[in-house]
Amino acid sequence: MNFDRRTLLKSLTAISAFTMAGARFAFAATPGDRRLVVVILRGALDGLAAVPPHGDKDYAGIRGDLALQTSGTGALHDLDGFFGLHPAFTNLKGLYDAKQLIVFHNICSPYRDRSHFDGQNVLEAGGTSPHLLQDGWLNRALTPMGLTSGEGALAIAQTPPLMLSGKVQTASWMPAVMPTPDELFLNQVRALYANDPALKASLSSALALQASAQGAMDDPSSKNMQPGKGGAYGDLTPLFQGAGKLLAAPAGPRVATLEASGWDTHVAEGAADGQLARRLASLDAAIDAMRVAMGPDVWNKTAVVMATEFGRTVHPNGSGGTDHGTGGAAFLFGGAVAGGRVEAEWVGLGSGALKDGRDQPARTDLRALFKGVLAEQMAVPSGALETTVFPDSAAAPVIKGLIGT
Amino acid sequence: MSLEGAIAVHRFGLGSRPGEIEAASQDPRGWLVAQIGTGAEQPVPPGGGVYPDCGTLVRQEQDMIAARRAFKAGDTEAQKKQAGGRLKIFTDEMAGRFNLGFVTARPFAEHLVWFWTNHFTVSTTAGRTLNFCGAFEREAIRPYIGDSFETMLLAVASHPAMLVYLNNVASIGPHSRAGERSGKGRNENLGRELMELYSLGVDGGYTQADVIALANILTGWGLDPRAPSGFGFFPNRHEPGGQTLRGKRYGDDLRGGIQAVRDLAHDPHTARHIATKFATTFIADQPSPQSVARLEAVFNKSGGNLHALAAAAVEDPAAWTPAPAKMRSPVEYVTAGYRLLGLPRGDNADQQIRAAMGSARAMGEFPMTASSPNGWPLVSDAWVGPDAVLNRIEWAKQVGARMPANFNAAALADAGMGPLLSPATRTAMARAETQGDALALLISSPEFQRR
Repeated sequence: MNFDRRTLLKSLTAISAFTMAGARFAFAATPGDRRLVVVILRGALDGLAAVPPHGDKDYAGIRGDLALQTSGTGALHDLDGFFGLHPAFTNLKGLYDAKQLIVFHNICSPYRDRSHFDGQNVLEAGGTSPHLLQDGWLNRALTPMGLTSGEGALAIAQTPPLMLSGKVQTASWMPAVMPTPDELFLNQVRALYANDPALKASLSSALALQASAQGAMDDPSSKNMQPGKGGAYGDLTPLFQGAGKLLAAPAGPRVATLEASGWDTHVAEGAADGQLARRLASLDAAIDAMRVAMGPDVWNKTAVVMATEFGRTVHPNGSGGTDHGTGGAAFLFGGAVAGGRVEAEWVGLGSGALKDGRDQPARTDLRALFKGVLAEQMAVPSGALETTVFPDSAAAPVIKGLIGT
Repeated sequence: MSLEGAIAVHRFGLGSRPGEIEAASQDPRGWLVAQIGTGAEQPVPPGGGVYPDCGTLVRQEQDMIAARRAFKAGDTEAQKKQAGGRLKIFTDEMAGRFNLGFVTARPFAEHLVWFWTNHFTVSTTAGRTLNFCGAFEREAIRPYIGDSFETMLLAVASHPAMLVYLNNVASIGPHSRAGERSGKGRNENLGRELMELYSLGVDGGYTQADVIALANILTGWGLDPRAPSGFGFFPNRHEPGGQTLRGKRYGDDLRGGIQAVRDLAHDPHTARHIATKFATTFIADQPSPQSVARLEAVFNKSGGNLHALAAAAVEDPAAWTPAPAKMRSPVEYVTAGYRLLGLPRGDNADQQIRAAMGSARAMGEFPMTASSPNGWPLVSDAWVGPDAVLNRIEWAKQVGARMPANFNAAALADAGMGPLLSPATRTAMARAETQGDALALLISSPEFQRR
């Protein structure tokens, strides 16, 4: 079965080539030595699950079954006595303790509606509303970075995401064995099969078989086996590890994008254990695999910024999940980051503080974070940032002090 | 876009190329019937040109065999080279065939080709057949999809691919000159399958004595490198004295054999057998007795006219139920996906075609490689096993992951599915995390898996 699936997936590699030139890895030397990685979390990560404000007086009550505990089994990782990290974020907690992680909260792109597609368009294009700009902000930033050779920026994807698409040519890479669909996607398909008995029964049976095969393969002593035993579906490690190796090459790319989906937790989100916990564990393990693959020297020159299109509702919905919201969490980490703190204009979780009485407010503009990282990590001049890279972004002043000297 | 236009495109055709449902919607039945014609289109080899005729392929094979004999026994390198050459002939033939499925403006005609090729299964599983499989479909099937069953059956029974596949090349009349000299005898394989699978059907009113009689009639039908068709009749291998097949006498020459095949084509059992398989493929897994009876009557009345048969299936009201009637086979599924996306396109079309071929094979089906002369199964059950379904979903997901950043899955779904797109799929697509996932949900959806 596995052999067949590998054959199937390998046989697909040619399809992608109709939209891309194909990855070439005979890299010419690229200017500068610093690395920038952008991780796009598609599907709207629940910021209150990833970064629980356990010190907020309203947190436990408002989150109900989704609230994380501060002690006992599955306890969250406390950061500063007020904010914490999800228990699955073991490696991110290590980065925080090593002062290599800054967590942002109540942060969002300028997009204020609730469509994934439009929200991702704003996140990636860097405009103020959907479909205003036809190329991605990271591509527009490549010119002032001097990375115009076509080999300075790499998308870990079949086709570059909008964020890295545009006038400057970029490379793409995917591992030979591609990840299986994530659990959330498979659940969406399962829902589609609700009225099709044959397809429904077959899919259930296949997933049960796969889960038991995976269970037999898992090494219980592996340190990556965090709550929920991540890794059965949509394993992200090969992508992040591959990115780390390619970025470590002396003449390799300096900029890379990674994408991870599986965050649209409308149903049965879970708290310390469950669907979202498994996905977070997979992400956390993959991030650590990237760090290890880079090696200490390159890691120390690296900044990784990780963001999602918008946050989720503060209150759980009727099906144990959360719906599309506004403000949420973002992350900046890496050896180059001056970290060890949480940046949030926190206004509480009371109904008066919430946008439309339901969403975390957007108090910080993601563009301010992106601009700060581009300025300090990649030396993009202010003139370019304010004109070509993020036009009409005066309302999002550069955040300073992100990168160590 | 009309519902019947979408059904025409998906159930009878091969899935929607851009704009196809629109084109079919005005007059869905007329759109289908106009595609049948007398013969189907011919595939074009990768890189252009034309495929060689079977006579040329037979001569090439003779050369290969001669070359092999020239090598010392045990020269494995030389043998490997020969096998590689044959495989390339086959895969190049199939690349042209897959591509025609992706791009044809006559998808119903192509679907008919696929039906008949599978009905008259020849398979690469019998080694030498590999050389001639592509030519078989091009020469014995495609020219006759709108002609008569008799003509197609004769073309099939005398084609080198069939004569090799069902061992007729090794069948020697025991009392023929060659038989007397060598002590070798008859092989019943083609005689049996010609009645059991290709014409009368398993309950078609024949006995073991009839199998032997037909096998005797067909002795001497073999491969002739000198003939453009590659077919030859060899009297020195033909069983003398004539035969009685199902109560009728046939002379001991090629003409007698041709007459025997013609009579099988016009037998009422054959009409019943073909009508049942045709209805199972184009109308429903379990077609109603009325549907089968209609097709059977048309077949009998028209003298086995295949144009009339296909048109009768189109005219059957039972073929137009809105609920999908059939699960797509892997080749149909991959083809529908490529047609939806307008693939292949760009400068690596050949690579994209080969990718689809690999995907179909990994999902469990590849043309002319069935494990028995029964061919690939016609009913949906064969394609909904757990691993098969998961394979399809993974394929859908990976296809979605390859879409360019700014493409619009919802527009593609509306154009490609029309009224067949279910509200559930539309909603799931709108809620998907990415456009790629939205496309993957469409391709995974029940209405896209089925036709």
